[in-house]
Amino acid sequence: MDVVLDNLDLFVGGLRTTVSLTLLSYAAAFVIGIVVAAFRVSPVPPLRGAGALFVGTIRNTPLAVLMVLFFFGLPDAGVIYSSFTSAVIVLAAYTGSFIAETVRAGVNTVAVGQGEAARALGLTFPQTLRIVVLPQALRAVVAPLGSLFIALIKNSSLAAIISVPELAGTAEQLISDTAQPLPIFIGVAVAYLVLTLPAGALVNALERRVAIVR
Amino acid sequence: MTAPVLADTLGPRARRRVLLASLATGAVLLVALVLAVRKLDANGQLDSAKWRPLTQWSVLKFFLGGLGNTIRAAGTAMVFAVTIAAVLALARLARTRALRWPATLYVEFFRGLPLYILILFSWLGLPILGLKWETFWYLVLGLTVYNSAVLAEIFRAGILSLDKGQSEAAYAVGLGYWQAMATVIVPQAVRRMVPAIVSQLVTLLKDTSLGVVIFYEELLRRARISAEFFQNPVHSVLLVALIYIAVNATLSQVATRLEARQRRRYGAAPIAVAGVEDLAVTSAKAGATGAA
Repeated sequence: MDVVLDNLDLFVGGLRTTVSLTLLSYAAAFVIGIVVAAFRVSPVPPLRGAGALFVGTIRNTPLAVLMVLFFFGLPDAGVIYSSFTSAVIVLAAYTGSFIAETVRAGVNTVAVGQGEAARALGLTFPQTLRIVVLPQALRAVVAPLGSLFIALIKNSSLAAIISVPELAGTAEQLISDTAQPLPIFIGVAVAYLVLTLPAGALVNALERRVAIVR
Repeated sequence: MTAPVLADTLGPRARRRVLLASLATGAVLLVALVLAVRKLDANGQLDSAKWRPLTQWSVLKFFLGGLGNTIRAAGTAMVFAVTIAAVLALARLARTRALRWPATLYVEFFRGLPLYILILFSWLGLPILGLKWETFWYLVLGLTVYNSAVLAEIFRAGILSLDKGQSEAAYAVGLGYWQAMATVIVPQAVRRMVPAIVSQLVTLLKDTSLGVVIFYEELLRRARISAEFFQNPVHSVLLVALIYIAVNATLSQVATRLEARQRRRYGAAPIAVAGVEDLAVTSAKAGATGAA
């Protein structure tokens, strides 16, 4: 275990990068998800089409392919970002497409009468969505949204492909440098479990508090 | 499901508003498209030299070979993972603690880790520890270990989703635990699990692209080789993305259709497992249609 203790600062740095990568991308993914879901249930056909296209393409492309395309491909087309920013953008877009589908499913659980009542009161479509439908929809999908957060913690490891020094990348580097794979594997495994297990518990607690069962 | 959920029949005024909004968003999307194309053009990405190689049969064959390698790795891992997962799920449900605990430990440990770490460790770590294989097997090992843990949870949820009356009836007619499992519980549970398994297959197929980090020549690695050779990363990787989209969209369709059929036939809710993104979406979707 000495290798892990000797390089503890590297591990902590990697852990910190993983956490900030996850939190930033989830925040952005949440916004993307809500907006795209709103597009997909809107009465405006071009918006619906654009939303469906976004979800259909991003969700069916492997995250690794998106990472490589964005970081190694797009600079050729004049789109250049740092590796960390690129990772946040790609993770946010990927997770956002899943959140969009989940939120849309949540919107479908809200009783039709809610939307009808909102319209009867004279609310416009964006108002109906924001004030009446979305708050109820989100509470119905707390558990899957939490699943997506946990999946994002794990998916953030793919940022190592574009050399972001988060946990997985740090482990990769250390294994090559020290040739002591087992202690490093255990160290990085513990680091990930320290993130994913409490996140799971947190999601369960949140669900018990706010979720509504229909 | 494509119909707008929040707008039923529109009146004349709303129709006018929607028309205006359609024109406006249509214009915005068009402008965005034009700007993107011009940006690509300004950087020489639309030159025929960039995409011409991808129309040659020899190059296409190279990509198709990559697809073959992807499917070979994914298929092998799927077979192993399903087998191990079945054993794990039964062990987790067993009455003996000696069976239950190791299985629980295995599932919870490997499910909580990123697949990237498992593949990396298998490729970097095992050779140092004295296990030298072809690259293919390191990828398959990583995929198998992770997916067997995830699938074990799906199987377990499938078995637990059955009505308790089924096992009670089986015991009442004199069947033992394993007899009841084999002849009554498992055959029914398997049918419920099929959509979730297909969803997981899509995820596994996507995850096979992680072979790129250990230099296994699946689709993405071959795209990178082609990108280096022809100096066309945008085009090569985009081609691979399109192949994935075509394959996965088809498989996802199959999963959705299976799930709909199943709800019709058995009225069964789909199986959800925490931390698995593709399943999270299917289960939320099904919950939605179930309530509607």
